[in-house]
Amino acid sequence: MRHLLATLAMLLAIGFARADERPLTIGSKNFTESIVLAEVLRLEAARAGATIEHRRAMGGSAILWQALQAGSIDAYPEYSGTLTQELLKGDVPATAHVDELAAALKQRGLGIGPSLGFDDSYALGVSGDTAATLGLRSISDLVRHPELRLALSNEFMSRADGWPGLKAAYGLRNSTVQGMDHGLAYRALNSAAADVIDLYTTDAEISTYGVTVLDDDRHYFPPYEAHWLYRLDRAEERPALKQAIEALAGRITREQMSRLNSAVSFGKRSETDVAQTFLGLAATGTPPADDRTARLLARTTEHLRLVGISMLLALLIGLPLGVLAAKLPRVGQITLALTALLQTLPSLALFVFLIPLLGIGAKPAIAALFLYSLLPIVRNTQTGLATIAPNLRESAAALGLPWSVQLRRIELPLALRTILAGISTAAVINVGTATLGALIGAGGYGEPILTGIRLDNIPLILEGAIPASALALLVLALFSGLERLLTPRGLRASSRS
Amino acid sequence: MSRRYGAVVALDDLSLSFAAGTVTAVIGSSGSGKSTVLRLLLGLDWPDQGEVRVGGEPVTRRNRLAIRQRIGTVIQDGGLFPHLSARDNVALLPRHLGWSDARIDRRADELRALVQLPADTLRRYPSELSGGQRQRVAMMRALMTDPPALLLDEPLGALDPIVRHDLQDELKALFASLGKTVLLVTHDLPEAAFLAPRLVLMQHGKQVQDGTLADLIERPASDFVRRFVEAQRGLPERAA
Repeated sequence: MRHLLATLAMLLAIGFARADERPLTIGSKNFTESIVLAEVLRLEAARAGATIEHRRAMGGSAILWQALQAGSIDAYPEYSGTLTQELLKGDVPATAHVDELAAALKQRGLGIGPSLGFDDSYALGVSGDTAATLGLRSISDLVRHPELRLALSNEFMSRADGWPGLKAAYGLRNSTVQGMDHGLAYRALNSAAADVIDLYTTDAEISTYGVTVLDDDRHYFPPYEAHWLYRLDRAEERPALKQAIEALAGRITREQMSRLNSAVSFGKRSETDVAQTFLGLAATGTPPADDRTARLLARTTEHLRLVGISMLLALLIGLPLGVLAAKLPRVGQITLALTALLQTLPSLALFVFLIPLLGIGAKPAIAALFLYSLLPIVRNTQTGLATIAPNLRESAAALGLPWSVQLRRIELPLALRTILAGISTAAVINVGTATLGALIGAGGYGEPILTGIRLDNIPLILEGAIPASALALLVLALFSGLERLLTPRGLRASSRS
Repeated sequence: MSRRYGAVVALDDLSLSFAAGTVTAVIGSSGSGKSTVLRLLLGLDWPDQGEVRVGGEPVTRRNRLAIRQRIGTVIQDGGLFPHLSARDNVALLPRHLGWSDARIDRRADELRALVQLPADTLRRYPSELSGGQRQRVAMMRALMTDPPALLLDEPLGALDPIVRHDLQDELKALFASLGKTVLLVTHDLPEAAFLAPRLVLMQHGKQVQDGTLADLIERPASDFVRRFVEAQRGLPERAA
C-alpha cells in the first residue's frame, strides 16, 4: 500500500509540476492562421531575447478565452468580431470600437494589443477572370448582375446575419443560390460551376486560386480585425510580451496573411518555417516535422502519462466506491447513477467546465479521463461482489472472519475476473478518449490527429491514429494476460466444466 | 424467540436449548424455520423478539465474530471457496487467528487422518474434488480451531446414496469421538435418527415434537408428526 501511494505521489508530481516556474505562455486556436500568428509572436520575442512557450492548436475560441482568464496562457490572437459578437456579447455594443473593447476587457484583467493590420471577416469573392470581365470591385457592383450564380457555405446561408441580411442590405436579386461545403466552394468557383462564393478574407485559397475579394462598401459585415489579447498582470511582470505585441502592430496585410496560410496549407511548410520567412529570419533548418521517431516518442510519453495517472486515480477511487456500492445498495444506486451521468457528458463540454478549475493542459484532461473511467470500474466491482453465490457469502460470514478479511481473502478474489474486465474496459476507453486531450493542449496521440485534420494531411492523422489503436490493443492483451496470471487454478477449472 | 420476514413467520415463539456435548437433529420440511435457527445462532440474523444465547452468552453484534469462531459450520455443498485450494480453505480462520504455517499443517494432517482423506487432497482445488471429498474438507475446515460446537446444515444433502451412507457412518463415529455439542439440520428423518439421539421436529416455525425416534413413532404429538414419520419409506424395518 505504501508502495502504491509513493508511486501515485511521484506520478502526480510529474503530472502537475511546472506550476511555479511559469514561463511566458501563449496559445493558438486550432487553425493555421492562429498558429502562424502565435509563431510570429514567439519568434519576434525570441529575436528580442525573450523566451515564450507556444501551446499550439488548443481548441476553439471558447477554450482559449477560458484558458486566458484562468491564467493557463498569457496571450492569444483573437478577432474583434469574435469579441463583439460572441465573447463580450451583451457587455459591449455589436459595433464597439477597440477603445470600448479595451475598457470591457480591462475589467477582466485583460488587455488588447493594436491591430495586426488585417481583418479576417466574411466577404464575397469572385474569380479573377469574372472580376476583370464584369468590372466587379465591391458587393454593390453585384446588384447589376442578378444572373451570377452563388454558392454559399451552409452556415452562411442560414445565419440571419449571413445571406438573408446581406441580400436585404444590398438589395441583391440573384436567383441561383446553392448551399455548399466551404472547401468545395473554391473548387466550384475554379471550375466555373459557380460565380460568387462567401469566404473568409484571409483564406489560403484566395492567393492560390487568384480570387478577387469584393469590398463590403456598405460595411454590412462586422470587422474581424486580428489583435493580441493578453493578461494585464503578466504584461506588467514581463514587459517582453507587450513589446513583442507592439512590435507587430500593423505589420501583416490581408494579402500577406492569405499567402502565409497558403504556404502552410498548399506549400506543405510548417507554421514555424512560414513565420520565420515572414520575419526575414533564416530558417532553422531542422523543422521538428522531420524527426518522426522523436515526435512519436514524445506523443507516446504524453499519452501514457494521461492514461496512466487518470487510470491510477480511477482505481484508487473507483474500487472503494464499487465495494461501498455492493455493501450499501442504496448508496450503490446513487453512486452508479452519478457515474453514469458523468459518462453522458460530451468530452468537449466536460473540458470546458474543467478549464476554469484546472486551467489547460494535462490537468483537466486527466481529470476528465478519470471521471470517464469511473463508471466501468465502479459498476464491475459492484456487480462482481453482488453476484457472488449467496451460499459462499454465508459460508464466508459463518467462519467468523471480520468483514475486511472476508473482502480481501474471499470476496474480492471471487469477483476478480469481473473487476478486471471493468478495469480493462475503462483503460481501452481511456486510451481512445485521451486523444481528445489535444483539444485542450494536453498533447498525446490526439495532437497529430487534430493537426492532420486541420491540414488535410492523412499521413499525419495516421501518425496519431495508428499508435492509439495499437496502444488500445496492447492494453487489451495486457489485461487478458493479467487475468490468466491472476485467476487461481480453482476458478479456471470450474469455468471449464 | 420469534422472527418474521414481512408477512412470513419464520419462527413463532420458539424456545429450544441444546445441552453441551449432546447431538441434536432439527428436522422439518423446507420452510419450517430450521435454517433460520442456524442463522440466529451465528448472528447472521436477529430475532424480532427474544434472545439467542451461546454458552450462556447472548449473541450481539459485538461478540458475533467470537461466537462464530466457537462454532464450526458445514453447509449443504460444503461452501468451500473455489479460488482457494483445500489447504487454503481450511487455513482461513487459523491464519487470521495468527497460527503459524507449521501449526496449521500439523492440525490439518491430524484432521485429514480423522476424516480419512488421502494426503494429496489438500493441494487440490474444490473443483478437483468429489462431492464426498468436498464435505470432508468442509468438516476439516469447521474443526480446525477445535470449536466446542458444530452446526451442520444438510451436510450430506447433495451426495449420492452410497457416499451418503458411508459418510453417515463416519459422521456418527466422529461425533462419538469428538464429544462436541452438535446441531444437525436435515429434512431426512432416517439420517437424523441415525446420527442424533434427540430429534426436534419443526413445522411453520414451531417445534411440534421434541424427543427420541421412539417418541415420534409411538407417541406422535400431532397428526402432522404421524404423517411425517409415515412418509419415510422403509423406516419401520430399520427402526425396529
